[in-house]
Amino acid sequence: MATQGNHSPERQIMDAQEIQRALSRIAHEILEKNRGVEDLVLVGIHTRGVILSQRLGENIQRFEGNKAPLAELDINLYRDDLRARENPRVRPTKFPVDVQGKRVVLVDDVLFTGRTVRAALDAISDLGRPRQVQLATLVDRGHRELPIRADYVGKNVPTSLDEEVKVRLTETDQNEDVIIVKLGRR
Amino acid sequence: MTTPDAMALSGEAGDVSLQAPTDNRSNVLDLDDFSAEEITSVLDDTGAMVEVLGRDIKKVPTLRGRVVVTMFYESSTRTRISFEEAGKVLSADVINMSSSGSSVDKGESLLNTGLTLQAMGVDVVVIRHPHSGAPYLLARHLPQVSVINAGDGLHAHPTQALLDLYTMREKLGTLLGAKVVIVGDVLHSRVARSNLWGLTKMGAQVVLSGPTTLMPLDLLSGRDELEEDHPFAQVDVDTDLDRAIEGADVVMALRLQSERQHAGFLPSLREYIRRWQVTDARMARAKSGALVMHPGPMNEGIEISTALAHGESSVIEKQVTNGVAVRMALLYRLCAGRGRRGETGQPN
Repeated sequence: MATQGNHSPERQIMDAQEIQRALSRIAHEILEKNRGVEDLVLVGIHTRGVILSQRLGENIQRFEGNKAPLAELDINLYRDDLRARENPRVRPTKFPVDVQGKRVVLVDDVLFTGRTVRAALDAISDLGRPRQVQLATLVDRGHRELPIRADYVGKNVPTSLDEEVKVRLTETDQNEDVIIVKLGRR
Repeated sequence: MTTPDAMALSGEAGDVSLQAPTDNRSNVLDLDDFSAEEITSVLDDTGAMVEVLGRDIKKVPTLRGRVVVTMFYESSTRTRISFEEAGKVLSADVINMSSSGSSVDKGESLLNTGLTLQAMGVDVVVIRHPHSGAPYLLARHLPQVSVINAGDGLHAHPTQALLDLYTMREKLGTLLGAKVVIVGDVLHSRVARSNLWGLTKMGAQVVLSGPTTLMPLDLLSGRDELEEDHPFAQVDVDTDLDRAIEGADVVMALRLQSERQHAGFLPSLREYIRRWQVTDARMARAKSGALVMHPGPMNEGIEISTALAHGESSVIEKQVTNGVAVRMALLYRLCAGRGRRGETGQPN
């Protein structure tokens, strides 16, 4: 990527090892808070949340010896900005267990305005009534527009609105890191 | 054929396929203006809609506040109900209009009816009309409305073709290289015409079979002059069904309208049944596990035997179920990105 002068258009805020450490800490925190995996379901929000939830699931199994069921959630049918989104795609929601009475941990890559999480809460409640819903995110970048907070955060990153936080994972991207990209005029 | 192959190769490109293809479509009139990529992405979305239809409570809030009008100038059960259900599951308000009992009875023109609906703020008009091209007229003159063709004359029935493609892809895994035999009155079939576009774009091998009088020679005459990569250049016609069905992955029987016999297209119904009815015995020549399809409504005992229509290889009811999901995917696609009065988006 070409850099212009001293202002690099992107800077790294987490590398592969930091991501791995954050995910193993979050897995421990989830186990601590929920006292094990009983009634736990890890719900990844498409696309990168699904990958992160799978990694958390692997960690949990390694630490605890027990598996927590994994689910995938697509929130595009619950967005409040459909009119403004061009060419949105919907991916299948996969819920292998009944959500009724479960402790649901929503997993997403970046927590920003909170609108995605709001949509995810609606999507979950259409599927049933969980006992509790918690939220895990790899990066919390601030600028909430709704009263939503995360229970587990990989890294808090102060950002400005003209920046974009990109989580890149080997499964979907070439790299494995988190970067901040300065957007052009907005 | 270069297009589907190229698509299959680039299909692995991760996020690219999530953003690239669709050109912010505002109407669905036929499949001739769909690319293989766009068809693939509609079929992918359909899979997500199938999940919604499988829930205990089949309702998502996606299209709240959107108005969908179905205008049917021809009789229909499955298509109209399917669109109505699709709209309602997505929380759109669906209004059904039929030509009888409406101002069409008073002689209002199609265009004026359309302009009236547009003035009422309708978002999507689903139209079935006995005249080929009627949906195009609406699409041309109603810029604020999305038009979906639910069957126009002998011309096109794109949503039926998409649900057929979805059903085939679901069962076969891919359409690339699949042998699909379409049997019967291809000449008068808008379903077959739209399927020809869809199937050839997706790289399937299509064989048409039936009496010569009912083969679409208009579509296939001058085939020799077609460019080698034209979708229809690879379509075969074989009036001998037993030979055509050899090694088929899918056999699709078309409805034979009895009027055709009176119009001189058929010597006798009996001969048609003997030579072109899709039966268990004939399916034995196809690949094992080959699918039997029919767009409905069926004349059991004429174009398809009753045993086969309700047998294990039949996916005819599956087609109907998938039809709702395909129409949900299309309504979603047409309504998204259509900001009103300069509404602009912001990311999450």
